[in-house]
Amino acid sequence: MTPPPGLAFSGRVTAGGSVLLGPVEMQAAAGRWTCLLGPSGTGKSTLLHCFAGLAEALTLDGRAEAQDDRPLQGRVALMAQSDGLLPWLTVQENVTLGARLRRRRPDRTRAQALLARVGLADLARRKPHALSGGQRQRAALARTLYEDRPVALLDEPFSALDVATRAQMQDLAASELRGRTVLHVTHDPAEAARLGERILVLTAAGIEEIGTDGAPPIPRAPDAGATLATTGRLTRRLLEAA
Amino acid sequence: MTALRLGLPLLLGLALWQGAILALAMPAFILPGPLRVAEALLANRALLAEHAAITVTEVLVGLALGALLGWLSATLLALSPVAARSLRPLLVFSQAIPVFALAPIFTLWFGYGLGSKIAMALLIIYFPVTSAFYDALTATPPAWVAQARIMGAGPARILWCVRMPAALPGLMSGLRLAAVYAPIGAIIGEWVGASRGLGYLMLLANGRAKIDLMFAAVLVVAVLTILLHRAVDALAHWVERRQTDT
Repeated sequence: MTPPPGLAFSGRVTAGGSVLLGPVEMQAAAGRWTCLLGPSGTGKSTLLHCFAGLAEALTLDGRAEAQDDRPLQGRVALMAQSDGLLPWLTVQENVTLGARLRRRRPDRTRAQALLARVGLADLARRKPHALSGGQRQRAALARTLYEDRPVALLDEPFSALDVATRAQMQDLAASELRGRTVLHVTHDPAEAARLGERILVLTAAGIEEIGTDGAPPIPRAPDAGATLATTGRLTRRLLEAA
Repeated sequence: MTALRLGLPLLLGLALWQGAILALAMPAFILPGPLRVAEALLANRALLAEHAAITVTEVLVGLALGALLGWLSATLLALSPVAARSLRPLLVFSQAIPVFALAPIFTLWFGYGLGSKIAMALLIIYFPVTSAFYDALTATPPAWVAQARIMGAGPARILWCVRMPAALPGLMSGLRLAAVYAPIGAIIGEWVGASRGLGYLMLLANGRAKIDLMFAAVLVVAVLTILLHRAVDALAHWVERRQTDT
């Protein structure tokens, strides 16, 4: 794996005359976990799509690129809001889909190990429609981790999970994606407080960073004082933005 | 229960048929009764089977070729938006030509034998198959295509691994229609010029005032068409189940 690059965005995104995002400037530091929060409709997912190279239906008036000046293509894994599991493939085949698309041999051992880590080892041979919403989301997480890319773009990756599973998956993602550049869109202040090495709030007024100075390394304990304080500050900030 | 569901409409149809003959005092050479037709069916079973074999061959070959050609065309159209824009109107035009009008030309081009009938069956199903599969190919959820692109797949790979499997139910619904249309094409072809096949037999029986035999041939065509539709339907169900079954 190449060293993970930082991400930089500046500009404005429009589609058919309506503004989806910006004008705004933001960076995600190389090899760090950046959480992005903000009210719905401020363009958080649009930002991820720009970095993922999916902006051709949109007009990007500006730049969305890696800070090492090399193309992002082939270095990014995206976990979108919809799980995007293909209904005719088994869960394991979905996890290794990327290998098949790149004409590589699927690494079934690794896929099975990842499925075990997201708690779906027994469901590897099932088709996605037999899974619950939370299980589908965990399958999508396993697929994203299987991609093993230096940059991970996560769009509300844990939204369908119950509290305990969510905390477990946060721990798993934090350990599997350690040292990579992660841009993680979430609506959950407590999640950002656990995982964000940097926390950004995107509002109509622009981007604002919420300081996490002196916070312990991620994943942080959900009940640590600093985590709870950050959760509180973030909630207050989002209330003000609403 | 199934016997009742199938048997009741059949009995009702036969009763209506016989009732019409009694009520309108139809002579047998205009509308023979069910019994007369059944007798003709039994008496001519070897003849009917011989001609049915020809028609079935035409229909099956036409169906297979039409499905293959429709699949190929839809795939090419889906791969190239430019081709789709310029060829789609041509495709619609091909459907706008009455197939009847082409039958004599096809006999001229492909001869008196199986060729012209297969061509008719093929032509009549080509559009529904191509259209249904193409529409399904272009309706792939954008998120799936986007995901595949991020994973590093090119357009051909995305077509093969994502769009085509996703569009299989569309292809199947096109084939369901084709199963009903293909026999029509073959019969038209046989009417216009043939020396074998159920369509030819119908004309022959009609010309010799063997109306009961003609009805028997019509009945055989109808039953064969239903059987073909059933078979394609079963295939479609199997494919759709494979898509989602656990």
